[in-house]
Amino acid sequence: MKHLLSINDLSKSEAIAILDTAQELARVSDGPMKKLPTLRGRTIVNLFAEDSTRTRISFEAAAKRLSADVINFSAKGSSISKGESLKDTAQTLQAMGADAVIIRHGASGAAQRLADSKWMSGAVINAGDGTHEHPSQALLDAFTIRKHLAKSGEDLTGIKVVIVGDVLHSRVARSNVLLLAKLGADVTLVAPPTLLPVGVESWPCNISYDFDAAIVGADAVMMLRIQLERMSEMFFPNAREYSRYFGLNSDRVKALKPSTLVMHPGPMNRGLEITADAADGARSVIVEQVSNGVSVRMAILYMLLAGAPEGELDGINREAGAL
Amino acid sequence: MSLALPAPDITRALTRISHEILERNSGSESITLLGIPTRGAHLAKRIATIIESIEKVPIQVGTLDITLHRDDLRMRPPRALMPTLIPPLGVEGRNVVLVDDVLFSGRTIRAALDALGEIGRPKSVQLAVLVDRGHRELPIRADFVGKNLPTSIDQSVLVHLTELDGADEVLIEGGAK
Repeated sequence: MKHLLSINDLSKSEAIAILDTAQELARVSDGPMKKLPTLRGRTIVNLFAEDSTRTRISFEAAAKRLSADVINFSAKGSSISKGESLKDTAQTLQAMGADAVIIRHGASGAAQRLADSKWMSGAVINAGDGTHEHPSQALLDAFTIRKHLAKSGEDLTGIKVVIVGDVLHSRVARSNVLLLAKLGADVTLVAPPTLLPVGVESWPCNISYDFDAAIVGADAVMMLRIQLERMSEMFFPNAREYSRYFGLNSDRVKALKPSTLVMHPGPMNRGLEITADAADGARSVIVEQVSNGVSVRMAILYMLLAGAPEGELDGINREAGAL
Repeated sequence: MSLALPAPDITRALTRISHEILERNSGSESITLLGIPTRGAHLAKRIATIIESIEKVPIQVGTLDITLHRDDLRMRPPRALMPTLIPPLGVEGRNVVLVDDVLFSGRTIRAALDALGEIGRPKSVQLAVLVDRGHRELPIRADFVGKNLPTSIDQSVLVHLTELDGADEVLIEGGAK
């Protein structure tokens, strides 16, 4: 595994290995000394051509806890806002010796383009590309679900996850469906037909238009943000109607099992897809998702950067195993 | 492949090490045993069981994963992390005994000392190993040794334990006979 561009890059066992590693690294985050020397001397660039709070800070915290040097780079305040191309930006980063680039970009496939090009040699980690994928978010969601509802070292067989809202514009939904299905969970998407992408029937999940029916027996309910900034036309008549049919409110929370998790990748539109009492209630793990994000991203960076670069495994020590 | 330590000798060595640990620390009260995964962790549990049967008191025993502190991480593919389990009393002010199966270059123990330093400040750190095969690359020595096995650098020492491999034995493999 050289890059992390899509959940499809991961086998089931690799995904479970990332979750297990994250679990061990979470112990470090809980301990008194939050820093490990593992990635000392490595340079990681956060290339954020689109706004982000959680993902960028979380990757930065993860890299710093592993002692890597982090360079933050966002569209505002850099030459991207002057119209510099991705190629020129990438070549600049290569010249500065970046070992890994964490990229968030508004164009679907930007991370893939960066990884396939010869513009730079480092690892590429997709931190959200357009409406395509957001693999690290899916991994942290799976980690959160597993922590509460399954055992470490195991997959998510039999766990029922309902993902609700703006699936059409959501990279989080696509990555989550792929990963949760890979881990054996039973996934149901709930959305108005206008907010489901073309071809969704080929995804490994069920589809429903009835939120109240879908939440019966659910183990986790994941709300998606209505991405108003990506909407150029009307997808639903008005916000109040959307909330009534597809919003998580206290009545729907009451219909859930006591153990059901309420999740949201953030940022939330409080009052639109989720009410404040649902977001702050006892079942909500929304804040915990953020802290789990740091551990999961540490695991991703460890897996991609700590070992020998591919093709450079000649100097393997003879002391392997018995040392 | 030749048998260097049969099962009864391993048991005897662990029993002797247990007594030596108790003697050195004037009893079991201040001791925390930390095994280095994978086989060191099992050996630490066995030593704890033996000490408990001698002293009739529970022993603080745990595991310490050192993967993140290794100096050869960049020379191999990434490895999965093993669990680190620190017993309830922690390491602060304790006499910590690290337990591993084979002492070779000493690099694992260096990494273990680094890993330990991040958890706390023990009163002392001691080292118990089942086999010391020589060829140290760092100024590190063991306090408690099951058996010194002089080996050549091109041989390898294999420790098999019942918990993992179905039998207790130490084997020497390869090298010129």
